[in-house]
Amino acid sequence: MLDRALKGTTGYWSWLIFLLVLIGIGAGCYIYQYFEGLMITGLSRDVSWGLYIGQLTYFVGIAAGGVMVVLPYYLHDYKAFGRITILGEFLAIAAITMCLLFVFVDLGNPVRIMNVILYPTPNSILFWDMIVLNVYMLLNIVVGWNVLAAERKGIKYQKWVKFLAYVSIPWAFSIHTVTAFLYAGLPGRHFWLTAILAARFLSSAFCAGPALLILLCLIVRKVSNFDPGKEQIRTLGGIVAYAMILNVFFFLLECFTAFYSQIPGHMHAIEFLFHGLDGHGYLAPWMWTATGFAVVALVLLIVPATRRKEDTLAVACVSVIIATWIDKGLGLIVGGFTPTMFDTVTPYWPTTPEILITIGVLAVGFLVLTILYKVAVSIKEEAAA
Amino acid sequence: MGVDRREFLKIAGYATLFGLGGTAAIDILAPGELEASTTGIPLTQGKRWSMVIDMRKCLAQQDKKACEDCMLACHREHNVPDWGNPKHAIKWIWQDKYEHVFPDQPNEFIDEGVEGKPFILLCNHCYNPPCVRVCPTQATFKREQDGIVAMDMHRCIGCRFCMAACPYGSRSFNWGNPRKAPKNLNPDYPTNKAYPERSKGVVEKCNFCTELVAKGELPACVQACDKIKVHALNFGDLGDPASNVRELLQKHYSIRRKPALGTGPNVFYII
Repeated sequence: MLDRALKGTTGYWSWLIFLLVLIGIGAGCYIYQYFEGLMITGLSRDVSWGLYIGQLTYFVGIAAGGVMVVLPYYLHDYKAFGRITILGEFLAIAAITMCLLFVFVDLGNPVRIMNVILYPTPNSILFWDMIVLNVYMLLNIVVGWNVLAAERKGIKYQKWVKFLAYVSIPWAFSIHTVTAFLYAGLPGRHFWLTAILAARFLSSAFCAGPALLILLCLIVRKVSNFDPGKEQIRTLGGIVAYAMILNVFFFLLECFTAFYSQIPGHMHAIEFLFHGLDGHGYLAPWMWTATGFAVVALVLLIVPATRRKEDTLAVACVSVIIATWIDKGLGLIVGGFTPTMFDTVTPYWPTTPEILITIGVLAVGFLVLTILYKVAVSIKEEAAA
Repeated sequence: MGVDRREFLKIAGYATLFGLGGTAAIDILAPGELEASTTGIPLTQGKRWSMVIDMRKCLAQQDKKACEDCMLACHREHNVPDWGNPKHAIKWIWQDKYEHVFPDQPNEFIDEGVEGKPFILLCNHCYNPPCVRVCPTQATFKREQDGIVAMDMHRCIGCRFCMAACPYGSRSFNWGNPRKAPKNLNPDYPTNKAYPERSKGVVEKCNFCTELVAKGELPACVQACDKIKVHALNFGDLGDPASNVRELLQKHYSIRRKPALGTGPNVFYII
C-alpha cells in the first residue's frame, strides 16, 4: 500500500522536499548538539527541561486526541466516524513518532538509551511512559493498517483488529495520564504537584487533537478527491468545544486553589507565568496571548452558528491549537521549574539550534503524517471510484 | 555532660568491644573537644550516614575569612570543573544564603545571625529519595547498607528526571564535556587522577565520598573543615545511638531543609 506515497502532484512533492530541508537543518543542529552537549540549548541546572520535553507533552496529547474519533465509532457505533478513524489513527502514529524523537534529542547520553530496557525500573514513571507510548504506537499501526488494507480489498476487517481497537481506547487515556504522572508526583514542584494535572492534560488533549484533525480534514478535502464529510467535521467541532471548556475550567480550578488559599508556593508559578516574578515577566505576553486565543476559541465554539460554519470553526481550531500549545508546550515546563528550589527565578529561553532541532522533529512528524495520509486518502479515493 | 558513671562505663565498654579504645569514648562523650571528631570510628560500618552542620562554627569561621575550603576540597577530589557560568554550574557542596536554603521558613523579622548568611548545601542523602524513585535506569540508587544515595555516572542516560524530582537542587548536569570547561578556570583539570572523569550529558552530585568512606576516611569536605580546626561539618552514623551525630542532635536543636516533603533528609543544621 505504501507505493501510493510515491505517486503525487508537484504540490505533494514540493511539500515533502520542504519538510526534508527542515529535517536536514534540524539534523545538522542535532549533530552539533551531539558533539557539544546540551549546553547549546537554553537549559540550565535550574530549568533542566524545556522546549523538547514541552513538545513531548504536547504531542502525547495530540496522539491521545486521536481516540476522540476511534471511541465514538467503536464504542458508540457512531458510523459517520468510520470514514475518518484512519485519519485519527495515523495522526496518532505521527504524533508518537515526534514524542519518541523529542525524548531522544533531550537525552544527554542518547547512546545509552537501551539502558531503560536493560535495567527495567517499574518505580520510574519514565519506564511506564516508554511502554505506553510504544504500545500505543504499535496498536495504531496494526489497527490502522489492517482496517485500511481491508477497505482496499473491499472486505470487513478481522475480529482481532476490532479487539485491538477496543484496547487502544483506554490505552489512549493511559498515555496522557502516565505523561501527567511524570510531573504530578514530584515533591516540591508546586505547579505540577496537583491531582488535576492528568485531567487537565486529557482535556487539553481532547480539544487540541480533534482541532488539529478538523484542520487536517479540511486540508484533505482541498487537496484530494476524498471528503472526510460535513457531519464528521461538525461532530468533531462539538467534541473540541466540550473539551476546550473543560480545559479552561480545570485551569481556573487551579487558580482558585492557589489564590484563595494564598499559599505562596501554589501562587508563585502562576504569578510568574502571567505577571512575572522577581522582575522576570518574559512569559507573560505569551500566556496572555494564549488566554486571548482561548477566549476567541471558546466564543467561536460555544456560539452554535460559528461552530457549525466551517470557516469560523477552522479559526476556532487554530485558536485552540495556539492556546493549548503555549499552555502546555511552553508554560507548563518552565512554570514547573519556576521559582527554583531556592525560591529564585532562572530565566529560560530556547536557543536557535534548540528551536531548529525542534522544528526538525516536527518536520519528521509531518513527513510521517503526510505519507500516511497520502496512502490512506489514495485508498479512499480508489474505493470510492 | 550529664553522663553518669554507669553510662560512661557502658559506652566505654562498647567502644572497647569494637576495638576503638579510649579516644573514641571521649569522642562520643565530648565531640569536637578532640580534634577530628570521628577519628577511629570504623567508617565502613555505618548504617545511615549523615552530616550535622554546625552553622555557628561555620559562620564564625566565615566572619574571619570567606572560607571555601570544604567546597574546594570536594571539587578537587571529584574532578568537578568550573564552567564560569552559574547556569551550567556543577555543585556537589556549595553556599547559598539562608533565605534560599530554607525558602519554606520565611520570616521577615529573622535575627541578624542568619539573615542573608551563607549556608552550606549538599545532597541530603534522603532516607526516602525522590530522585531514586524516578530514575529509569537505576543509575542513581540508595545503598542498602549505609543509606548513601549514590550515582552511577556511567549508566546515566541524561534524562534529568532526577533533577526535576530533587526538591533541593542538589543535582547537576554535565551540559558540556568537563574537559572542555574553560582552561583558565581549570588549569590543572582533571584534579584527581584516582577519581573517574565524566562524559558530557550525565547527572552528578555529592556521593558522601563513598570512595573515601570505603577506605575508612572521612569525606573530603569534613577533612578540609577539620584541617582548619573549625569542625563545623560532622559526619557520622545515625544508626548508631552513640555516634557523634546522634550526640550532637540530642544536645542541640537542629533543622533540615523542607522536611514536610517527607524525603527524610540526612543533613542537619545546627543554627
